[in-house]
Amino acid sequence: MTEDDRLAAILADHAGREGALLPILHDVQAAYGCVPADCYQPIADALRLSRAEVAGVVSFYHDFRDAPAGKHVIKLCRAEACQSMGGTEMIARLEHALGMKVGETKGDVTLEAVYCLGLCACAPAAMVGDQLVGRASTERIEALVAEVSA
Amino acid sequence: MKVWVPCDAAAVACGADEVAAAIASAAGLRGETIEIIRNGTRGMIWLEPLVEVERDGVRHGFGPMTPEDAPALFEGGDQPKALGPVEEIPFFASQTRLTFARCGRTDPLSLADYEANEGWQGLKRALELGGAQTIEEVTTSGLRGRGGAGFPTGIKWKTVAGAEAPQKYIVCNADEGDSGSFADRMLMEGDPFCLIEGMAIAGLAVGATKGFIYVRSEYPHAIRTLNAAIKAARAAAIIGDSLMGQGPAFDLEVRVGAGAYICGEETSLLNSLEGKRGMVRAKPPLPALEGAFGRPTVVNNVLSLAAVPWIMTHGGAAYAEFGLGRSRGTIPIQIAGNVKHGGLFETGFGMSLGTLVNEIGGGTASGRPFKAVQVGGPLGAYHGPDDFDLPVCYEAFADQGGLVGHAGFVVHDDSADMLALARYAMEFCAIESCGKCTPCRIGAVRGIETLDRVAAGDPAAIELLHELCEVMEKGSLCAMGGFTPYPVRSAIRLFPQEFSLSMEAAE
Repeated sequence: MTEDDRLAAILADHAGREGALLPILHDVQAAYGCVPADCYQPIADALRLSRAEVAGVVSFYHDFRDAPAGKHVIKLCRAEACQSMGGTEMIARLEHALGMKVGETKGDVTLEAVYCLGLCACAPAAMVGDQLVGRASTERIEALVAEVSA
Repeated sequence: MKVWVPCDAAAVACGADEVAAAIASAAGLRGETIEIIRNGTRGMIWLEPLVEVERDGVRHGFGPMTPEDAPALFEGGDQPKALGPVEEIPFFASQTRLTFARCGRTDPLSLADYEANEGWQGLKRALELGGAQTIEEVTTSGLRGRGGAGFPTGIKWKTVAGAEAPQKYIVCNADEGDSGSFADRMLMEGDPFCLIEGMAIAGLAVGATKGFIYVRSEYPHAIRTLNAAIKAARAAAIIGDSLMGQGPAFDLEVRVGAGAYICGEETSLLNSLEGKRGMVRAKPPLPALEGAFGRPTVVNNVLSLAAVPWIMTHGGAAYAEFGLGRSRGTIPIQIAGNVKHGGLFETGFGMSLGTLVNEIGGGTASGRPFKAVQVGGPLGAYHGPDDFDLPVCYEAFADQGGLVGHAGFVVHDDSADMLALARYAMEFCAIESCGKCTPCRIGAVRGIETLDRVAAGDPAAIELLHELCEVMEKGSLCAMGGFTPYPVRSAIRLFPQEFSLSMEAAE
């Protein structure tokens, strides 16, 4: 299937759906790893929007990427409950250990901030790939990173 | 032998899947036949993974379990992780569980479990009573929006019911983004049919045939569970072309957010649902009259809708018997952060803040002295021991310059840096502002800068910060900019020395 066909298939899946733009963008990101700018015009055409409207929506939401993330995405919660349990210090230690800052991609790893995973009663919390981590520690996350990177 | 291992995201984050696997393999090794049920959580998160084993018809708890603890479940004698009958644990026993009555007890996706535990009784009664009387019951219950705004649910429903339109919608706001809040997630993962039933009742009451559940993308477990539950309810002909084969049509769809805190604000949520940037709409028009796709729409929080089946089953008057003043019924309180017994505690409105922090929460997890508790999410105020007499209800907190919000309580010990937390409040607002109104969009950025000046010892900065807070509070379109001053001002009021020490140092 060519790139164009993949996008056409996604657009066909959502044809006639009310307010379909977000579901389409989620599917595009799942297929391509990001929302490539090349997709804006075809999506706009399918939904009878302007290219600028599509670009505006993509840029508004934190989830949508303009370039694929690393193979391993580590999300670290920065919100208050996690801060109260040493989350800020944990993030600093992990940044040091991995030699990168939150918001960066280095090699296979992307480090991201997240604002609440709903794990506030077992803070600090993180997500490594699909795996949720409660009562997180620098060591536990490093071990998980080593495990998924192996 | 029946064994329950929670599938709630918090339990899973603490190793529940590994524990379930270890129990299955330990049973296999011993040749024991067991049935492992993945239930929701009992809400005692400090004990998660909390495993339950049925003995003589009573469910005994063990936790927090590790995979290494699994073999001991099959051996007699004293077990270090044994907690006794799980429903007799004081944290659990002292609750009034109406909305969360089933959560943790049942298999979330078992229709049989749901029916055997009062499931669909509320919907059946609504079908008998009809829309107008259903709204009467909800009005009688005194239920107010549990999402934080506290608007009377019955009045909202009546407005939508009275609007003439070819299509109406029920929109469930499941964009629970407040730090310290996880009750929506727990309910969606632990008892999704309850939300489906509540939405079906709402649809019937106002004449809406379509419902959307707008869930934040940070909750993948909840999204999966809801989709599976909707599919099951549709297959059982409970929702779909006709409610339970006798009522009007009502169908549900899950929509996934894309990482924007502001979409928890109802008008931003509606814009997002329509495929737009999640920007706040000016009101009026009210969403009740011009909501999703310009049609009359009920926008309710997960907990508001999930309270409805109980209200319809037991009557609005029975629900209204719980509570304090104009805050009727129960409130699922979320105790989180640096607290010994973190979790979900459902109780009638009116429990004092001090009881909640010290007795229910058991004090700080670190064992260090308590410092402050932030109530109501990132836009809520900080409260110190002087506020410990405050009863948990909408009015009392509003009177103290705070809010109950979604009833998330985040405890901090004495190591908390209040200046840093105040700065974080502004930073969060700057990151998450939708950008529509100037006080929020620019005010938050100026707030960060001004707090940095405070930290650097600029004596003029505090006064400026107060003025900025005033502008944000009075001039913002919605609660994002309007309430961000709450944590900032309360931190300064409670701990002035932390804001002035740096000034003195510079002088």
